[in-house]
Amino acid sequence: MDWDWVFAAEIIPTLLDGVVITIQATLLGSAVAMVVGMFFAILRRSRNVFVSKPVGFFIDFVRGTPLLVQLYFLFYILPDIGILLSPLVAGVIGLGLHYGTYTSEVYRAGIDNVPSGQWEAAKAANLTMPQTWCHVILPQAIPPMIPVLANYIVSMFKETPLLAAITVLELMNQARSLANFHYRYLEPMTLVGVFFLIISVFSVVLLRWLENRFKRVG
Amino acid sequence: MAQWSGYLELILQGALVTLQLTVLGTVVALIMAFLGGLGRLSRHWWIRWLATGYIEFFRGTSIFVQLFWAYFVLPLFGIPLSPLQAGVLALGLNVGAYGAEVVRGAIQSVPKEQYEACTALNLTGWQRMRHVILPQAFVLMLPTFGNNAIELLKGTAVVSLISLSDMTFQAQVVRAQTGETALPFLTILLLYFVFSTAISTAIRGLERHLARGLDGTRS
Repeated sequence: MDWDWVFAAEIIPTLLDGVVITIQATLLGSAVAMVVGMFFAILRRSRNVFVSKPVGFFIDFVRGTPLLVQLYFLFYILPDIGILLSPLVAGVIGLGLHYGTYTSEVYRAGIDNVPSGQWEAAKAANLTMPQTWCHVILPQAIPPMIPVLANYIVSMFKETPLLAAITVLELMNQARSLANFHYRYLEPMTLVGVFFLIISVFSVVLLRWLENRFKRVG
Repeated sequence: MAQWSGYLELILQGALVTLQLTVLGTVVALIMAFLGGLGRLSRHWWIRWLATGYIEFFRGTSIFVQLFWAYFVLPLFGIPLSPLQAGVLALGLNVGAYGAEVVRGAIQSVPKEQYEACTALNLTGWQRMRHVILPQAFVLMLPTFGNNAIELLKGTAVVSLISLSDMTFQAQVVRAQTGETALPFLTILLLYFVFSTAISTAIRGLERHLARGLDGTRS
Protein backbone atom coordinates (compact mmCIF):
# COMPACT_ATOMS: atom_id res chain seq x y z
CA MET A 1 0.00 0.00 0.00
CA ASP A 2 1.42 3.35 -1.01
CA TRP A 3 1.49 6.49 1.01
CA ASP A 4 -0.99 9.02 -0.43
CA TRP A 5 0.14 12.61 0.23
CA VAL A 6 -3.08 14.18 -1.01
CA PHE A 7 -5.17 12.07 1.31
CA ALA A 8 -2.77 12.80 4.17
CA ALA A 9 -3.05 16.55 3.59
CA GLU A 10 -6.81 16.25 3.38
CA ILE A 11 -7.22 14.63 6.78
CA ILE A 12 -4.77 16.80 8.71
CA PRO A 13 -7.33 19.52 9.63
CA THR A 14 -9.68 16.92 11.13
CA LEU A 15 -6.81 15.34 13.02
CA LEU A 16 -5.81 18.75 14.36
CA ASP A 17 -9.32 19.10 15.83
CA GLY A 18 -8.56 15.89 17.66
CA VAL A 19 -5.20 17.25 18.85
CA VAL A 20 -7.00 20.18 20.46
CA ILE A 21 -9.31 17.85 22.42
CA THR A 22 -6.35 15.66 23.36
CA ILE A 23 -4.46 18.64 24.75
CA GLN A 24 -7.54 19.91 26.57
CA ALA A 25 -8.07 16.54 28.20
CA THR A 26 -4.41 16.37 29.18
CA LEU A 27 -4.35 19.84 30.75
CA LEU A 28 -7.64 19.44 32.61
CA GLY A 29 -6.68 15.93 33.70
CA SER A 30 -3.34 17.17 35.03
CA ALA A 31 -5.02 19.96 36.96
CA VAL A 32 -7.28 17.38 38.63
CA ALA A 33 -4.34 15.03 39.24
CA MET A 34 -2.24 17.76 40.86
CA VAL A 35 -4.96 18.75 43.32
CA VAL A 36 -6.25 15.24 44.02
CA GLY A 37 -2.71 13.90 44.44
CA MET A 38 -1.94 16.50 47.07
CA PHE A 39 -5.06 15.63 49.07
CA PHE A 40 -4.31 11.92 48.79
CA ALA A 41 -0.78 12.51 50.06
CA ILE A 42 -1.93 14.63 52.98
CA LEU A 43 -4.79 12.28 53.92
CA ARG A 44 -2.51 9.27 53.75
CA ARG A 45 -0.24 10.89 56.31
CA SER A 46 -3.16 11.47 58.65
CA ARG A 47 -2.65 10.13 62.16
CA ASN A 48 -6.24 8.87 62.15
CA VAL A 49 -6.04 5.22 61.01
CA PHE A 50 -9.62 5.34 59.73
CA VAL A 51 -8.54 8.00 57.25
CA SER A 52 -5.04 6.88 56.29
CA LYS A 53 -5.77 3.16 55.78
CA PRO A 54 -8.79 3.49 53.44
CA VAL A 55 -7.04 6.22 51.45
CA GLY A 56 -3.94 4.03 51.19
CA PHE A 57 -6.01 1.09 49.99
CA PHE A 58 -7.87 3.24 47.47
CA ILE A 59 -4.56 4.50 46.06
CA ASP A 60 -3.17 0.96 45.72
CA PHE A 61 -6.40 -0.23 44.15
CA VAL A 62 -6.53 2.52 41.53
CA ARG A 63 -2.84 2.05 40.72
CA GLY A 64 -3.27 -1.69 40.35
CA THR A 65 -6.17 -1.63 37.90
CA PRO A 66 -6.33 -0.46 34.27
CA LEU A 67 -7.37 3.09 33.48
CA LEU A 68 -9.59 1.83 30.66
CA VAL A 69 -11.73 -0.20 33.05
CA GLN A 70 -11.93 2.73 35.44
CA LEU A 71 -13.12 4.94 32.60
CA TYR A 72 -15.82 2.42 31.65
CA PHE A 73 -16.79 2.28 35.30
CA LEU A 74 -17.18 6.06 35.51
CA PHE A 75 -18.87 6.35 32.16
CA TYR A 76 -21.40 3.54 32.52
CA ILE A 77 -22.08 3.35 36.23
CA LEU A 78 -22.36 6.96 37.34
CA PRO A 79 -25.43 7.53 35.12
CA ASP A 80 -27.06 4.57 36.91
CA ILE A 81 -26.90 6.44 40.19
CA GLY A 82 -28.13 9.64 38.59
CA ILE A 83 -24.90 11.45 37.76
CA LEU A 84 -24.81 12.31 34.07
CA LEU A 85 -21.38 13.29 32.80
CA SER A 86 -20.31 14.26 29.32
CA PRO A 87 -17.70 11.85 27.94
CA LEU A 88 -14.96 14.46 28.21
CA VAL A 89 -15.78 15.25 31.85
CA ALA A 90 -15.88 11.55 32.74
CA GLY A 91 -12.57 11.13 30.95
CA VAL A 92 -10.95 14.06 32.74
CA ILE A 93 -12.13 12.76 36.12
CA GLY A 94 -10.85 9.29 35.28
CA LEU A 95 -7.46 10.53 34.10
CA GLY A 96 -7.20 12.90 37.05
CA LEU A 97 -8.02 10.28 39.69
CA HIS A 98 -5.78 7.65 38.12
CA TYR A 99 -2.80 9.97 37.85
CA GLY A 100 -3.66 11.54 41.20
CA THR A 101 -2.66 8.26 42.81
CA TYR A 102 0.70 8.50 41.07
CA THR A 103 1.29 12.17 41.86
CA SER A 104 0.36 11.49 45.50
CA GLU A 105 3.57 9.42 45.72
CA VAL A 106 5.52 12.35 44.29
CA TYR A 107 3.97 14.70 46.84
CA ARG A 108 4.70 12.19 49.59
CA ALA A 109 8.38 12.06 48.64
CA GLY A 110 8.49 15.85 48.35
CA ILE A 111 6.88 16.30 51.75
CA ASP A 112 9.18 13.73 53.35
CA ASN A 113 12.13 15.68 51.99
CA VAL A 114 11.24 18.78 53.99
CA PRO A 115 13.58 18.67 57.02
CA SER A 116 11.83 17.81 60.28
CA GLY A 117 13.27 21.00 61.76
CA GLN A 118 10.73 22.90 59.67
CA TRP A 119 7.86 21.02 61.31
CA GLU A 120 9.31 21.70 64.74
CA ALA A 121 9.83 25.37 63.96
CA ALA A 122 6.23 25.65 62.78
CA LYS A 123 5.10 24.07 66.02
CA ALA A 124 7.34 26.39 68.03
CA ALA A 125 5.87 29.38 66.17
CA ASN A 126 2.44 28.11 67.25
CA LEU A 127 1.11 27.73 63.71
CA THR A 128 -2.05 25.72 63.21
CA MET A 129 -1.98 22.62 61.03
CA PRO A 130 -3.44 24.36 57.92
CA GLN A 131 -1.00 27.24 58.38
CA THR A 132 1.91 24.81 58.68
CA TRP A 133 0.93 23.09 55.45
CA CYS A 134 0.16 26.20 53.42
CA HIS A 135 2.93 28.51 54.53
CA VAL A 136 5.79 26.23 55.57
CA ILE A 137 5.69 22.70 54.20
CA LEU A 138 4.10 22.91 50.74
CA PRO A 139 6.01 25.99 49.51
CA GLN A 140 9.25 24.11 50.20
CA ALA A 141 8.05 20.71 49.05
CA ILE A 142 6.51 21.64 45.70
CA PRO A 143 9.29 23.30 43.60
CA PRO A 144 11.62 20.24 43.59
CA MET A 145 8.67 18.05 42.56
CA ILE A 146 7.74 20.08 39.49
CA PRO A 147 9.92 18.17 36.96
CA VAL A 148 8.62 14.82 38.23
CA LEU A 149 5.02 16.03 38.09
CA ALA A 150 5.60 17.28 34.55
CA ASN A 151 6.83 13.81 33.67
CA TYR A 152 3.47 12.40 34.71
CA ILE A 153 1.70 14.97 32.56
CA VAL A 154 3.63 13.59 29.59
CA SER A 155 2.62 10.04 30.41
CA MET A 156 -0.97 11.12 30.89
CA PHE A 157 -0.85 12.73 27.47
CA LYS A 158 0.14 9.37 26.04
CA GLU A 159 -2.85 7.70 27.72
CA THR A 160 -5.46 10.10 26.34
CA PRO A 161 -6.25 7.82 23.36
CA LEU A 162 -8.11 5.68 25.91
CA LEU A 163 -10.77 8.36 26.00
CA ALA A 164 -11.73 7.21 22.51
CA ALA A 165 -13.21 4.12 24.17
CA ILE A 166 -15.75 6.29 25.97
CA THR A 167 -16.57 8.19 22.76
CA VAL A 168 -14.51 11.35 23.29
CA LEU A 169 -13.56 12.62 19.83
CA GLU A 170 -9.86 13.06 20.54
CA LEU A 171 -7.00 12.51 18.13
CA MET A 172 -7.14 8.71 18.10
CA ASN A 173 -10.90 8.59 17.66
CA GLN A 174 -10.80 11.11 14.81
CA ALA A 175 -8.14 9.02 13.12
CA ARG A 176 -10.17 5.86 13.58
CA SER A 177 -13.34 7.33 12.17
CA LEU A 178 -11.40 8.77 9.22
CA ALA A 179 -9.77 5.39 8.66
CA ASN A 180 -13.08 3.57 8.78
CA PHE A 181 -14.78 6.11 6.54
CA HIS A 182 -12.15 6.12 3.79
CA TYR A 183 -11.01 2.58 4.50
CA ARG A 184 -7.39 3.68 4.58
CA TYR A 185 -5.49 2.94 7.76
CA LEU A 186 -1.91 3.75 6.80
CA GLU A 187 -2.09 7.56 6.72
CA PRO A 188 -4.37 8.29 9.70
CA MET A 189 -2.61 5.84 12.06
CA THR A 190 0.85 6.94 10.99
CA LEU A 191 -0.04 10.62 11.30
CA VAL A 192 -1.37 10.02 14.81
CA GLY A 193 1.99 8.47 15.65
CA VAL A 194 3.79 11.46 14.13
CA PHE A 195 1.65 13.95 16.10
CA PHE A 196 2.34 12.09 19.31
CA LEU A 197 6.04 11.97 18.59
CA ILE A 198 6.18 15.70 17.82
CA ILE A 199 4.32 16.68 20.98
CA SER A 200 6.39 14.25 23.06
CA VAL A 201 9.64 15.66 21.71
CA PHE A 202 8.51 19.20 22.53
CA SER A 203 7.47 18.22 26.02
CA VAL A 204 10.82 16.52 26.61
CA VAL A 205 12.53 19.82 25.76
CA LEU A 206 10.17 21.60 28.15
CA LEU A 207 10.92 18.99 30.83
CA ARG A 208 14.67 19.56 30.55
CA TRP A 209 14.08 23.27 30.94
CA LEU A 210 11.89 22.72 34.01
CA GLU A 211 14.52 20.44 35.52
CA ASN A 212 17.15 23.15 35.15
CA ARG A 213 14.84 25.87 36.34
CA PHE A 214 13.88 24.11 39.57
CA LYS A 215 17.14 22.36 40.27
CA ARG A 216 17.85 22.26 43.96
CA VAL A 217 20.51 24.66 45.09
CA GLY A 218 23.16 23.00 47.21
CA MET B 1 -28.53 -14.38 39.95
CA ALA B 2 -28.67 -17.96 38.64
CA GLN B 3 -27.14 -17.00 35.29
CA TRP B 4 -24.45 -15.00 36.97
CA SER B 5 -22.24 -18.08 37.33
CA GLY B 6 -22.33 -18.48 33.55
CA TYR B 7 -21.30 -14.88 33.06
CA LEU B 8 -18.61 -15.27 35.68
CA GLU B 9 -17.23 -18.16 33.64
CA LEU B 10 -17.10 -15.86 30.62
CA ILE B 11 -15.13 -13.31 32.62
CA LEU B 12 -12.77 -15.99 33.92
CA GLN B 13 -12.11 -17.10 30.35
CA GLY B 14 -11.17 -13.49 29.66
CA ALA B 15 -8.94 -13.53 32.73
CA LEU B 16 -7.05 -16.43 31.16
CA VAL B 17 -6.45 -14.39 27.99
CA THR B 18 -5.31 -11.45 30.11
CA LEU B 19 -2.86 -13.70 31.98
CA GLN B 20 -1.58 -15.16 28.72
CA LEU B 21 -1.01 -11.68 27.30
CA THR B 22 0.70 -10.53 30.46
CA VAL B 23 3.07 -13.50 30.60
CA LEU B 24 3.96 -13.48 26.88
CA GLY B 25 4.24 -9.69 26.85
CA THR B 26 6.54 -9.76 29.87
CA VAL B 27 8.80 -12.32 28.18
CA VAL B 28 9.10 -10.14 25.06
CA ALA B 29 9.58 -7.04 27.23
CA LEU B 30 12.37 -8.70 29.25
CA ILE B 31 14.24 -9.74 26.12
CA MET B 32 13.84 -6.29 24.56
CA ALA B 33 14.82 -4.57 27.80
CA PHE B 34 18.13 -6.44 27.94
CA LEU B 35 18.80 -6.04 24.22
CA GLY B 36 17.98 -2.32 24.37
CA GLY B 37 19.73 -1.67 27.66
CA LEU B 38 22.92 -3.51 26.74
CA GLY B 39 22.71 -2.04 23.24
CA ARG B 40 22.84 1.48 24.63
CA LEU B 41 26.05 0.59 26.45
CA SER B 42 27.65 -1.01 23.40
CA ARG B 43 31.08 -0.03 22.14
CA HIS B 44 29.81 0.27 18.56
CA TRP B 45 28.10 3.55 17.75
CA TRP B 46 25.60 2.03 15.34
CA ILE B 47 24.31 -0.41 17.97
CA ARG B 48 23.99 2.49 20.43
CA TRP B 49 22.08 4.47 17.81
CA LEU B 50 19.77 1.58 17.02
CA ALA B 51 19.01 1.00 20.71
CA THR B 52 18.43 4.71 21.37
CA GLY B 53 16.13 4.92 18.36
CA TYR B 54 14.12 1.95 19.55
CA ILE B 55 13.80 3.28 23.10
CA GLU B 56 12.91 6.84 22.15
CA PHE B 57 10.39 5.77 19.52
CA PHE B 58 8.49 3.38 21.74
CA ARG B 59 8.57 5.67 24.75
CA GLY B 60 7.64 8.70 22.70
CA THR B 61 4.52 7.37 21.02
CA SER B 62 1.66 5.97 22.95
CA ILE B 63 0.99 2.24 23.41
CA PHE B 64 -2.41 2.64 21.74
CA VAL B 65 -0.96 4.12 18.62
CA GLN B 66 1.57 1.29 18.50
CA LEU B 67 -1.12 -1.32 19.03
CA PHE B 68 -3.41 0.08 16.36
CA TRP B 69 -0.50 0.48 14.03
CA ALA B 70 0.57 -3.13 14.57
CA TYR B 71 -2.96 -4.39 14.07
CA PHE B 72 -4.19 -2.22 11.20
CA VAL B 73 -1.12 -1.04 9.32
CA LEU B 74 1.34 -3.96 9.45
CA PRO B 75 -1.04 -6.24 7.48
CA LEU B 76 -0.84 -3.69 4.64
CA PHE B 77 2.88 -4.41 4.46
CA GLY B 78 2.17 -8.10 4.23
CA ILE B 79 2.60 -8.88 7.92
CA PRO B 80 -0.82 -10.02 9.10
CA LEU B 81 -0.96 -10.38 12.86
CA SER B 82 -3.65 -11.99 14.97
CA PRO B 83 -4.99 -9.73 17.73
CA LEU B 84 -3.04 -11.77 20.28
CA GLN B 85 0.21 -11.46 18.31
CA ALA B 86 -0.30 -7.73 17.79
CA GLY B 87 -1.07 -7.31 21.49
CA VAL B 88 1.96 -9.25 22.68
CA LEU B 89 4.22 -7.47 20.19
CA ALA B 90 3.02 -3.94 21.00
CA LEU B 91 2.94 -4.46 24.78
CA GLY B 92 6.30 -6.25 24.80
CA LEU B 93 8.06 -3.66 22.65
CA ASN B 94 6.54 -0.74 24.54
CA VAL B 95 7.27 -1.96 28.06
CA GLY B 96 10.63 -3.31 26.86
CA ALA B 97 11.64 0.24 25.90
CA TYR B 98 10.92 1.44 29.45
CA GLY B 99 12.72 -1.62 30.81
CA ALA B 100 15.78 -0.92 28.66
CA GLU B 101 16.41 2.34 30.54
CA VAL B 102 16.12 0.43 33.81
CA VAL B 103 18.68 -2.13 32.63
CA ARG B 104 21.06 0.63 31.53
CA GLY B 105 20.69 2.55 34.79
CA ALA B 106 21.21 -0.56 36.94
CA ILE B 107 24.29 -1.68 35.02
CA GLN B 108 25.80 1.79 35.18
CA SER B 109 25.23 1.94 38.92
CA VAL B 110 27.48 -1.06 39.55
CA PRO B 111 30.64 0.51 41.04
CA LYS B 112 33.65 0.94 38.77
CA GLU B 113 35.88 -1.13 41.08
CA GLN B 114 33.89 -4.20 40.12
CA TYR B 115 34.91 -3.72 36.50
CA GLU B 116 38.52 -3.14 37.47
CA ALA B 117 38.50 -6.27 39.62
CA CYS B 118 37.22 -8.23 36.61
CA THR B 119 40.06 -6.93 34.46
CA ALA B 120 42.50 -7.84 37.21
CA LEU B 121 41.08 -11.37 37.31
CA ASN B 122 41.41 -11.60 33.54
CA LEU B 123 37.72 -12.36 32.99
CA THR B 124 36.36 -12.15 29.45
CA GLY B 125 33.65 -9.61 28.65
CA TRP B 126 30.95 -12.26 28.78
CA GLN B 127 32.17 -13.73 32.08
CA ARG B 128 32.30 -10.26 33.58
CA MET B 129 28.69 -9.55 32.59
CA ARG B 130 27.35 -12.98 33.52
CA HIS B 131 29.06 -13.56 36.87
CA VAL B 132 29.86 -10.14 38.26
CA ILE B 133 27.86 -7.26 36.82
CA LEU B 134 24.44 -8.75 36.13
CA PRO B 135 23.96 -10.56 39.46
CA GLN B 136 24.46 -7.22 41.20
CA ALA B 137 22.56 -5.11 38.70
CA PHE B 138 19.59 -7.48 38.44
CA VAL B 139 18.63 -6.97 42.08
CA LEU B 140 18.53 -3.24 41.43
CA MET B 141 16.34 -3.72 38.36
CA LEU B 142 13.77 -5.92 40.07
CA PRO B 143 11.57 -3.36 41.85
CA THR B 144 11.18 -1.26 38.71
CA PHE B 145 10.65 -4.38 36.62
CA GLY B 146 7.81 -5.26 38.99
CA ASN B 147 6.21 -1.87 38.37
CA ASN B 148 6.70 -2.31 34.64
CA ALA B 149 5.03 -5.72 34.75
CA ILE B 150 2.05 -4.15 36.50
CA GLU B 151 1.95 -1.43 33.85
CA LEU B 152 1.92 -4.18 31.24
CA LEU B 153 -0.91 -5.98 33.01
CA LYS B 154 -2.89 -2.74 32.99
CA GLY B 155 -1.98 -2.19 29.35
CA THR B 156 -3.57 -5.52 28.39
CA ALA B 157 -6.99 -3.95 28.91
CA VAL B 158 -6.37 -1.90 25.79
CA VAL B 159 -6.23 -4.96 23.53
CA SER B 160 -9.96 -5.36 24.10
CA LEU B 161 -10.22 -2.44 21.65
CA ILE B 162 -8.73 -4.57 18.87
CA SER B 163 -11.35 -7.25 19.55
CA LEU B 164 -9.22 -9.63 21.59
CA SER B 165 -11.52 -11.27 24.14
CA ASP B 166 -9.62 -10.43 27.30
CA MET B 167 -11.17 -9.68 30.68
CA THR B 168 -12.24 -6.14 29.79
CA PHE B 169 -13.77 -7.31 26.51
CA GLN B 170 -15.73 -10.06 28.29
CA ALA B 171 -17.00 -7.57 30.85
CA GLN B 172 -18.32 -5.48 27.96
CA VAL B 173 -20.01 -8.58 26.52
CA VAL B 174 -21.67 -9.29 29.85
CA ARG B 175 -22.73 -5.67 30.07
CA ALA B 176 -24.26 -5.82 26.60
CA GLN B 177 -26.10 -9.06 27.34
CA THR B 178 -27.41 -8.31 30.82
CA GLY B 179 -27.56 -4.55 30.96
CA GLU B 180 -25.80 -4.94 34.29
CA THR B 181 -22.84 -2.57 34.63
CA ALA B 182 -21.68 -2.50 38.22
CA LEU B 183 -21.25 -6.23 38.77
CA PRO B 184 -19.07 -7.18 35.77
CA PHE B 185 -16.88 -4.10 36.05
CA LEU B 186 -16.41 -4.44 39.79
CA THR B 187 -15.54 -8.10 39.30
CA ILE B 188 -12.82 -7.39 36.76
CA LEU B 189 -11.47 -4.44 38.73
CA LEU B 190 -11.08 -6.81 41.65
CA LEU B 191 -9.44 -9.48 39.49
CA TYR B 192 -6.98 -6.95 38.04
CA PHE B 193 -6.16 -5.81 41.55
CA VAL B 194 -5.56 -9.42 42.66
CA PHE B 195 -3.22 -9.95 39.68
CA SER B 196 -1.21 -6.80 40.30
CA THR B 197 -0.93 -7.59 44.00
CA ALA B 198 0.30 -11.07 43.09
CA ILE B 199 2.94 -9.58 40.79
CA SER B 200 4.23 -7.13 43.37
CA THR B 201 4.29 -9.81 46.09
CA ALA B 202 6.17 -12.23 43.83
CA ILE B 203 8.72 -9.59 42.87
CA ARG B 204 9.30 -8.64 46.47
CA GLY B 205 9.89 -12.30 47.33
CA LEU B 206 12.28 -12.74 44.43
CA GLU B 207 14.13 -9.59 45.44
CA ARG B 208 14.65 -10.89 48.97
CA HIS B 209 15.82 -14.21 47.55
CA LEU B 210 18.32 -12.70 45.12
CA ALA B 211 19.63 -10.07 47.51
CA ARG B 212 21.00 -12.77 49.81
CA GLY B 213 24.77 -12.83 49.81
CA LEU B 214 25.06 -9.41 48.18
CA ASP B 215 25.28 -7.47 51.44
CA GLY B 216 28.98 -6.73 51.17
CA THR B 217 28.85 -5.49 47.60
CA ARG B 218 26.27 -2.76 47.99
CA SER B 219 27.52 0.52 49.24
